[in-house]
Amino acid sequence: MIQEEEKSPMKFQRRTVLKLSAAALAAPAIIPGRLAANDPIIFGAVAPKTGPLAGGAAVTHWPNLQLWQTQVNAAGGIMVDGNAHPVEIIEYDDQTNPGETIRGVQRLATQDNAHFIITPYGTGLHIAAAPIFDRYGYPQVCVTAITDQGSELAGQFPNMFFTLGATTPFAGDVIRVLTAMRDAGQIGNRLAMVNVADAFGIELMAAGMPLAEAAGFELVYETSYPLGTQDLAPVINGVKDAAPDAFVAWSYPPDTFGLTEQAMIAGLEVGAYYTAVATSFPGFNARFEGAANNILGAGGVNPDLPSFQEYEAAHIEVTGQAPDYWASATTYGSLQVLQQSIEAVGLDREAVSAHIKEADFDTVLGPMHFRDNNFNQAYWTVGQWQDGVFRGVASQNRDGVAAARLKEGWA
Amino acid sequence: MMSTTDIRTIAIAAVAIGVCALLPLVDQGYWLSIGVSIAMFTVLATSWALFSGPTHYISLATAAFFGIGTYVTGSFYESVSFWLLLPAAAIVGGLLAGIVGLATLRLSGVYFVIFTLGLAELVRQVITWAQNMTGHRGTYVLLDFGSRSVEEVIYWTLLGLAAIVYLAGWLIGRSRLGFALRIIGDDEEVARHSGINTARAKVLLFMVPGAVAAATGAALAPRYVYIEPALAFTPLLSFQVVIMALLGGAGRLWGPLVGVIPFTLLWEVISATFPNQTTLLLGAAFLVIVYVLPRGFVGLLERARARAGGGA
Repeated sequence: MIQEEEKSPMKFQRRTVLKLSAAALAAPAIIPGRLAANDPIIFGAVAPKTGPLAGGAAVTHWPNLQLWQTQVNAAGGIMVDGNAHPVEIIEYDDQTNPGETIRGVQRLATQDNAHFIITPYGTGLHIAAAPIFDRYGYPQVCVTAITDQGSELAGQFPNMFFTLGATTPFAGDVIRVLTAMRDAGQIGNRLAMVNVADAFGIELMAAGMPLAEAAGFELVYETSYPLGTQDLAPVINGVKDAAPDAFVAWSYPPDTFGLTEQAMIAGLEVGAYYTAVATSFPGFNARFEGAANNILGAGGVNPDLPSFQEYEAAHIEVTGQAPDYWASATTYGSLQVLQQSIEAVGLDREAVSAHIKEADFDTVLGPMHFRDNNFNQAYWTVGQWQDGVFRGVASQNRDGVAAARLKEGWA
Repeated sequence: MMSTTDIRTIAIAAVAIGVCALLPLVDQGYWLSIGVSIAMFTVLATSWALFSGPTHYISLATAAFFGIGTYVTGSFYESVSFWLLLPAAAIVGGLLAGIVGLATLRLSGVYFVIFTLGLAELVRQVITWAQNMTGHRGTYVLLDFGSRSVEEVIYWTLLGLAAIVYLAGWLIGRSRLGFALRIIGDDEEVARHSGINTARAKVLLFMVPGAVAAATGAALAPRYVYIEPALAFTPLLSFQVVIMALLGGAGRLWGPLVGVIPFTLLWEVISATFPNQTTLLLGAAFLVIVYVLPRGFVGLLERARARAGGGA
């Protein structure tokens, strides 16, 4: 900044503006920062680069920040008061540790004077950061935080917005897909349901079991296994012995792969096969190729949507990897929400939060709004690998739902 | 009987803690959050050194007790006052430490290290199992302290805990128990032959870091808001505490403090400046510490003092 100042022909004015903006930044909670033309808008980002969640963040979170920054800056930047400002992102590693997330957000808010802060990664880290976002009045557009407590949290933290959905609809829509297949005579009534004994797996099982029973399914097998279980053969063998018509696993990344591998080996014959988190990763299809065909999983997108196709191509071009077919596009969409609000009302964070609460947004996933208790009510819940494409087969209020197909063999 | 030096030490300590207590009045943001980190690690590392300093048993159980504490708050904060949960967590942590101590402290050092490392995982699995049985739906700690911020209240709570730990350490150091432990640390055989019930002494003292770590976890739960086993029982915490205590020096009551402060600040500088190489640089920093400061800052200070004394 100082170097720029010396180069500038309008030395005096420039200095005044800088002083003003420095004064504005020093009191970020009260006065929105004034930017000189071409000054960057600073975004902070704290998420895992190391620790247990680093792998997921490397697929879903960080590439989308890179893509968004590249695209926005290539287009000139974000328009504020008639001037285009480039995006600058300050990144910190929270080591998958909530204490570090808190400290990172705190540092961004008070030391780096970030204009806006991008939400962290993972439910626990999202929520640990919420009080700091709240205290400094930063809007927090959450992505990878799926919770049934959204309205409670939004009550306590009024600038917290949820994009990816709630737990119960995720479980409920799986049962809905299975019920439709059963009622169409594609599968029978016998259901096997297993879960990984960890946070989200337990929540989905608790939500899914009563819904399956209410839908009239006969639960022929039900078990759980600890997170990190290497040998999942006993689980799949137990399922196979119970001869179910449909198999549902509320699983996490390592066991999503492990269960599917075992199901292939054992030749599990079911008409519907569902694994939860990470089924939507491009790596899943790459790993199982033909055998992945007609496997159901958590998430989904509408691959026919032109905005999504454009996004997918750009993601591959800029980051060198394909997006996942669930939270990736939502992560990008959350950044579009911030961007569109800033372009509408400027850098005043209170005004941005108020705008997010009221406005309609146009994202790569389609339209989005937060007027229902800060909760985006349009999201994908179940997808299915259909000939190499992960298509949404169930959603809450999203268009372009494809019909679920019968799982036929593992070839 | 208290001598004049004792009174002076207590007075200095009380003034120091009183000065630290003013931090939230100066800054409510960044420095307070660093203050919380320093206070937390001071409490954990000092209580850790109370046991591990004299006995030379390296305990990696901090995360286990800490996690239990967070779950005590997470499970009962809606029905019981937060201020009652802190002593309750301390009792639970102390009892667990007692049971673990009875089972393992008769064993020699290395078995104890391995068991304590496994303990956090064991407790975590038990809690996960219980959650799985009951179809648990996420633990949220949404506490509000009225006009005071959560961060501020937690900081003062931790300072209070630090005061208790220092007082306990000072009293133990002067007691028969402390004397017995120093003998055990020098030579356990000799201690046993002198008629010291070594197992009892070790178990009793092991309960102190157990209780303190659980109370610390209980105090910090409202800061994390959302509690899940993977985050509450992170093994990294146990290692951080050991590293900081050893960096300072576990042989003196104030030793861990002189490790915690530079380490926290170093960690902060590294995280802020090199976000992509944090783990690598911390590892390198740790190697330097081990090679250059084998006895911690305390050793460095005492050597400097000895040299100054020799020169005079």
